Amino acid sequence: MADSNPPRHAGRQEMMVWAAGSALTVILLCTLTLVMVVMANGLGHFWPSPVEQLELTGGERVMGEVTDRNMSPDGGERIQVKTANRDLYGLDFRWISQAQVTRQTRPERVVLLERKTHGNFIGTFHGFEENGNRQHTQEPMAVERLNEEISKARQGLAALDPLREDMMVLTRETERLTRRAAKLRYQGAERNQAELIRLAQEEALTRTRFDQLNHQFAEGMTRLEQRHAILADAMGREVLLPLTQVVRVVTPNDLSWFGRVGVYASRWWELLSANPRESNTEGGLFPAMFGTVMMVFLMSLVSLPLGVVAAVYLSEYARQGMLVRLVRVAVYNLAGVPSIVYGVFGLGFFVYGVGGVMDQVFFPERLPTPTFGTGGILWASLTLALLTVPVVIVSTEEGFASIPKGVREGSISLGATRFQTLTRVLLPAATPGIITGFVLAMARAAGEVAPLMITGVVKMAPSLPLDGTFPFVHLDRKFMHLGFHIFDVGFQSPNVEAAKPMVFVTTLLLLGMVLLLSLTAIVLRNRMRRRYGSSTF
Amino acid sequence: MAMPTFQDPILQIRNLKFFYGDSEVLKDISLEVPRRMVTAFIGPSGCGKSTLLRCLNRMNDLVDTARLTGSILLDGQEINQPEVDIIRLRRRVGMVFQQSNPFPKTIYENVIYGLRIAGVKDRALLDETVERSLKGAALWDEVKDRLHQSALGLSGGQMQRLCIARAIAVNPEIILMDEPCSALDPIATARIEDLILELKERYTVVIVTHNMQQAARISDYTAFLYLGELIEYNVTKVIFTTPEKKQTEDYITGRFG
Repeated sequence: MADSNPPRHAGRQEMMVWAAGSALTVILLCTLTLVMVVMANGLGHFWPSPVEQLELTGGERVMGEVTDRNMSPDGGERIQVKTANRDLYGLDFRWISQAQVTRQTRPERVVLLERKTHGNFIGTFHGFEENGNRQHTQEPMAVERLNEEISKARQGLAALDPLREDMMVLTRETERLTRRAAKLRYQGAERNQAELIRLAQEEALTRTRFDQLNHQFAEGMTRLEQRHAILADAMGREVLLPLTQVVRVVTPNDLSWFGRVGVYASRWWELLSANPRESNTEGGLFPAMFGTVMMVFLMSLVSLPLGVVAAVYLSEYARQGMLVRLVRVAVYNLAGVPSIVYGVFGLGFFVYGVGGVMDQVFFPERLPTPTFGTGGILWASLTLALLTVPVVIVSTEEGFASIPKGVREGSISLGATRFQTLTRVLLPAATPGIITGFVLAMARAAGEVAPLMITGVVKMAPSLPLDGTFPFVHLDRKFMHLGFHIFDVGFQSPNVEAAKPMVFVTTLLLLGMVLLLSLTAIVLRNRMRRRYGSSTF
Repeated sequence: MAMPTFQDPILQIRNLKFFYGDSEVLKDISLEVPRRMVTAFIGPSGCGKSTLLRCLNRMNDLVDTARLTGSILLDGQEINQPEVDIIRLRRRVGMVFQQSNPFPKTIYENVIYGLRIAGVKDRALLDETVERSLKGAALWDEVKDRLHQSALGLSGGQMQRLCIARAIAVNPEIILMDEPCSALDPIATARIEDLILELKERYTVVIVTHNMQQAARISDYTAFLYLGELIEYNVTKVIFTTPEKKQTEDYITGRFG
């Protein structure tokens, strides 16, 4: 009887196929849109756009990049112009009603200067000034001379770098001496009298030396800062800008296509290699990228071995029964615990618990200033390791489960012990599964923000957790992270309009980094698979 | 029941009883396995023939609830005593399983696995063992050009011969085979059967099989087990032509099982 009505049956099946296919399509479209939005906004931000000059009714002139165009709430079209020159106008952006615009041109010889403070400057270049001596013309000048002078100023700054290095060394030395003195006082000031006096002398000497260098440095800086570029905004208002303040000169309306590519590349390079400026809305993201990678690395160092060993015990050694089943369910559920819960646990257990005890045992002289008893990259990594361990356990167990039982028996029957079977056959065979888990864990850790916010991430870290000073790896230091950076720049920044493109750029970078980390692991896994010829994953 | 006895049997099983938890799987089994011959265990599914085979190199140790009484003597020595070196025992008594189970490694590494875990590092010895074992398993000509490729790329019959090569690489005295051809096509089966006949020149082979023609073709002695009991054990020709017991006759003529 079931066959009496085949067309209807087939039709229903067809519909199910359609429904399943559409569900997949919707998901793919959403993901694709997300990636496209991030790509379009992130990749476009650094492309030099032309500077328009708008003449308004009433004789006002405005210069800037047109960033948006829409219908104003009170009717009529309006355009958003990035006028820059925050120091002159107070704001970077301005909305102008299209009706007010009488003429729109793209004048030549407009310069866009990226500055170390106050954001960009848009205007024209007219000459130089030093100690009241002015060499200038009324007409806008070409920028070749400006570029020359800027590179001279940059060389001048570079010449001061060794001085700055020396000062850093002295600062660290002072810090070390203070700490040593604190330790001696803690052990008994009476007993270490002589040594303390010697330390005090040494510290005084260091401080004097530091003051001398500081004086030299300040003099050098003053000398360099005396040389200014004479600039004018659209209305002809004159601005004197110290040449040391300039990061990059762009002539947006006079650039050839290759010139634009050059500017674009140099801006990306700055992003990848430099420190952030202007409360993170400009400059580079290097410390955040470094922090993210190092955190993920430290996390893997803990979570991978821990997860694999736990999975080995669960699936190969533990007697399979009710208890192991319960443990397994608990572990699987751990993967679903909200990450902020891990963050709170990390704060309570690692930071205040372990860190607090470490401070009392190893650094009592520094108290009440905490050393490990405050957020740092070590605690953040350990917290994330706890968060990702279930993922590693689950996929490692799956890796073991996919190995036929006969392979274990084969190894045992050749006289291998269980441990030999594990290390020589099972672990290599399960490696693709382990790497799959590792990829998932890494991706999760790199994107996690909530637990990091309370265990050691900061908006702006003065130094990297890895540098040239002993002991080179500073696990107690706070660090920057791309995910947190997105939150901070996008939602904590006072200059929302200027920060918006940076959110996309940072997102793009984070996506790219996760992709890169995962790809590396996947390539590794495929090579391994090819070698063993198994296709279990 | 008349049991064949031998001057110098390699294995002597005496009053072996085997339990999984509370159920008695083998009931008081006694038999002797002759040296350098092929002995076959036949019987319907669940009669305990595989369990009996796995007692011979103590593979049943892996099962938590397994327990046995009675004795198994290998060259006159009890193998079920705690002081017996189980690793040495398994080296002397190799095993080939129903499902071929090559390791996810290269062909070369598969063959020398037993030597590797014993700590052999001498390259020349390893190379020589690979060649000898693969030739012994009639696989050398087919794989000699791809020794360093994955073993999982071989065909089913080749994999099973690789498992045999792996077993003979450690120079065992006995090779246990647990239905080695049940997953193979007739051509691959024929090759393995030929191979078993060659192997008995140097090794003692104990084989469990479902296939009565196979037992008749390759074995010298055959034991028929039924519901955990040894019903009849004799020269193969006798079992298949003039069995003593009615049950044996019924089974080999296909009336049940």
